[in-house]
Formats: sequence, C-alpha cells, structure tokens
Amino acid sequence: MKPARFRYLRAASVNDALQALAENPDAQILAGGQSLIAMMNLRLVKPACLIDINRISNIGYIDEDGDGVAIGALARHNDVKHSPLIRERCPLLTEAYESIAHHTVRNRGTLGGNLCHADPSSETPAVMVATGATLMLQSLRGQREVGAEDFFLGTYETARRQDEMLTEIRLPGRRTDGWAFAEISNRHGDFAIAVIATTLRIEDGRCEAARVVASGVGEHAARLEPAEEALIGGPIDDARLDAAAAAAAGAVDPHSDSHADAAYRRDAIAALTRRTVRRAAARCD
Amino acid sequence: MAGVSVTFTVNGREVTATVDPRTLLVHFLREHLKLTGTHIGCDTSQCGACTVHLDGRPAKSCALLAVQLEGAEVTTIEGVAGPDGMHPMQAAFKEHHGLQCGFCTPGMVMMGIDIANRHEAPDEATIRRELEGNLCRCTGYHNIVASIAAGASSMRG
Ligand SMILES: Cc1cc2nc3c(=O)[nH]c(=O)nc-3n(C[C@H](O)[C@H](O)[C@H](O)COP(=O)(O)OP(=O)(O)OC[C@H]3O[C@@H](n4cnc5c(N)ncnc54)[C@H](O)[C@@H]3O)c2cc1C
Ligand code: FES
Ligand code: FES
Repeated sequence: MKPARFRYLRAASVNDALQALAENPDAQILAGGQSLIAMMNLRLVKPACLIDINRISNIGYIDEDGDGVAIGALARHNDVKHSPLIRERCPLLTEAYESIAHHTVRNRGTLGGNLCHADPSSETPAVMVATGATLMLQSLRGQREVGAEDFFLGTYETARRQDEMLTEIRLPGRRTDGWAFAEISNRHGDFAIAVIATTLRIEDGRCEAARVVASGVGEHAARLEPAEEALIGGPIDDARLDAAAAAAAGAVDPHSDSHADAAYRRDAIAALTRRTVRRAAARCD
Repeated sequence: MAGVSVTFTVNGREVTATVDPRTLLVHFLREHLKLTGTHIGCDTSQCGACTVHLDGRPAKSCALLAVQLEGAEVTTIEGVAGPDGMHPMQAAFKEHHGLQCGFCTPGMVMMGIDIANRHEAPDEATIRRELEGNLCRCTGYHNIVASIAAGASSMRG
C-alpha cells in the first residue's frame, strides 16, 4: 500500500463536506487527486481522513456572473481550458492553460484544487492575482470572500482555514484590458521556473493601471509593484519597457535549485515582463 | 481498517469488492483482478504507464482510489482487443515497432486510442503534444508517434 491509512468519506453535498470538515479536524478534501494522491503515495502527507467531493453534483459549473465568471469547485482543468465563456471574459486564464500540465492530468485536476494546493511554481495563482479574482470559502460557520492577493500566503499555504471548503472562484469581467501570460519551464506542461501574468489598462495612449504578477520566484504568486509603477502614467514605449523589466528583476528575490539558479530566474523575470507587457499593450488597441 | 464496498465495471464486466480505502486503482487492477497489463512507473501521476480509460477518458490509475469508482466504467489494455484480435492501435504499435522494452506501451496504446478519438488525422506535432504525459525511456518516441498516426488512421477505417 502506498498511502498511509485514512478514513474515506464520500460527500453527497457541499453541506455534507462542510459537516465532515467540521467534525474531522484531521481531514483533507479530495478533488482531482493530481497533487494530493501523489503526495500521499510518497507519504509526504498522511491525512487521517479524506473527504471525497467528486460525487457532489452541480459544483463543476462555469457560469456567467454579472460581466464576470463564476467557477465551481469541481470544474476540471480541461473544462476551464476549453470554456468559450472564459476565453471571452478571462482570456489570460485560457492563455495560461497552454502551459499547465498535460491532457490526462487536466481531465481530473480541478482549478479549485490547484489553487488550494498553492504550489509556489503554479501558474493559476498568478492569473488569479493579475485579474483580481475572488475566492469563496465556506464552512458551517458561514461564507467569506477572500481576494486572490490575500489568499496565497506561502509555499502550500493559503488563507483557507481547516474547516473551510473553496466553493467558488469568481473572475471579474475585464474585457477592455490588455493581458498576457508567459512562462519559462524545463518541459512544456511542467511547473514553471518563472512566470509573469500581466494585465494593463491604456486610455488615450496612457497606461492607467497595471498588474505585473510573478510566480515561481518566491513563496507564492505576488504583484511586482515597482514594475507596475514604472508602467503607469505614460505610453508603453521602450523606456517604460526597460524600466519595468529592470524594476521587476529588482523586485524578486528568487531561490536557486537544480532547475535554475537565482540569477537565471531574475533574468527570466525581466525578459518575461518585457514580453508580456508588450503583448498586453498591443491587445489594448 | 474497515473495508469499503465498491462496485464498478472493468472491461465490460461488473466487479464488486471490499477494499481498504487506500487501495489505488492501479493496485486493485493488478493485485485483485490480476490485470497486470496496466503498469506502475512512478505512482505520482507523472509517467503515464498506468493510463486507463475512466468513463471513456484517459486517467492515471495511480492517482485514483478504487473506492472512488463506484458506478464507473474502466477500460484497461486488456479490454481494448476485439473478438477478431488486436485493437487497430495495438496492431499499429506492432507493425511500426512502437515499443522496445514494452513498459510504457500499455499506457501509450491507451493514450493513442484517446488521441485518435479526439483528433481526426492527428499530425506529428499534435501527437507529440498529446503524449506529454506519457514517458518512454527506450524508443526516443519516433516509432511511437508513427504507430499512433497509423493506428488513428486504421481506427477511422
Ligand atoms: C504531471 C503533472 C504535471 C502538473 N503540471 C502542473 C503545472 O504545470 N502547473 C500547475 O499549476 N499544476 C500542475 N500540476 C498539478 C495539477 O494542477 C493539480 O491538478 C492541482 O495542483 C491539484 O488539483 P486537484 O483537483 O487534483 O486537487 P487535489 O490533488 O485533490 O487536492 C490538492 C489540495 O487541495 C485541497 N483541496 C482540493 N479541492 C479543495 C476545495 N474545493 N476546498 C478546499 N481544499 C481543497 C486538497 O485537500 C489538497 O490539499 C501537475 C500535476 C501533475 C501530476
Ligand atoms: S504510474 Fe501512474 S503516472 Fe506513473
Ligand atoms: S518501450 Fe521501454 S519505456 Fe517505452
């Protein structure tokens, strides 16, 4: 047997799952299992109880929500990747999915599980922060909304409390914004060495708002505010691109590992900032 | 540990068993049903050797618990051949030398069938992209890609 022993609970409804979470402080939710079961097989994690949410009906939706999109906890990666609604209203996420995992993993893995897992090299947290997404957390105590910027706290660490389930991801509608995603990874579909997700608003040739969000170079996805400040207030010209790329590289303090050293990651962040800002600006027209 | 009863279909045959919840589907197939065609390469959802079809779509059987499968339909490599012999995708692997040691092959064939189901006349670039989740340490992929292209074409008849 690969995983350590656990009790298995199959939730029939969200309420069932919340009840089980409240009663079992040592429990973990099982969604697609693409991170959790692998970690259990390696015995990196040994939850005493698993709450399987895969049989809860009606939580795999991807629906209109005002001018944005509401995504249920069980929407699988491939459903999100191929959703015409998301392509129309949050194309940054569709573009990011070109770099996320491979078909078989995306058949099972969920966006919600991916966000709760909070791998520091994951692409989706950067997209959530860049678009200003909101995460809905529910427990028997009630429901609360947490902005993506406040959700990711560290490596595999989020603002979700033990008795809470992530029930919905809300993406705001931002159709007029420019957007672009780019990453460097060892192999297509692997976790990233460095990621930048950028959103821009340009009015009358002047950059009015910018989010430049990095992943893979810190404990969690985070905005690079000095790069954003370098972009705001004028046209996206070569001088602003240079300034933003330099500011982005200066704003990260990356680690070295067997995939890339810190200097490489810093250079990658500068290059990806330049690439995404240029592409996002072109899309604002 | 109290066993949990589960009933699902494997290669068209209904199976009911009481399993320890931590039994992975791949172990259930290999050790309880003796269907040893499904291989274990990494058991961390990386290599694709354990690929089966779950309700018609490819899934890594090392990242599924047998207890999760209540009511599901699973097809393994043992279930793809017809009464007249090999599945066209299996025949294509044989014809085009799509294997050396054969360890990755069951997963490659299951993925190849899925690629053919989703793409009409998949080209080399498509096949290589779709194979990102299936690792082979022997062949260098060239003949696997050729086998899947040929298998897809004979599946369309
Ligand atoms: C080969 C391979 C390549 C991959 N490549 C990438 C990649 O390029 N980029 C990337 O980002 N990811 C990648 N992944 C990880 C993949 O995206 C996983 O699907 C994802 O990280 C977890 O989603 P899941 O639904 O499988 O969650 P699970 O594995 O079931 O759960 C993950 C964690 O989240 C918790 N959880 C799940 N759902 C909820 C919920 N609704 N509420 C509260 N807690 C919950 C679980 O308890 C667990 O702690 C890869 C995985 C593999 C195997
Ligand atoms: S054994 Fe399942 S993917 Fe490697
Ligand atoms: S034929 Fe040996 S691993 Fe692929």
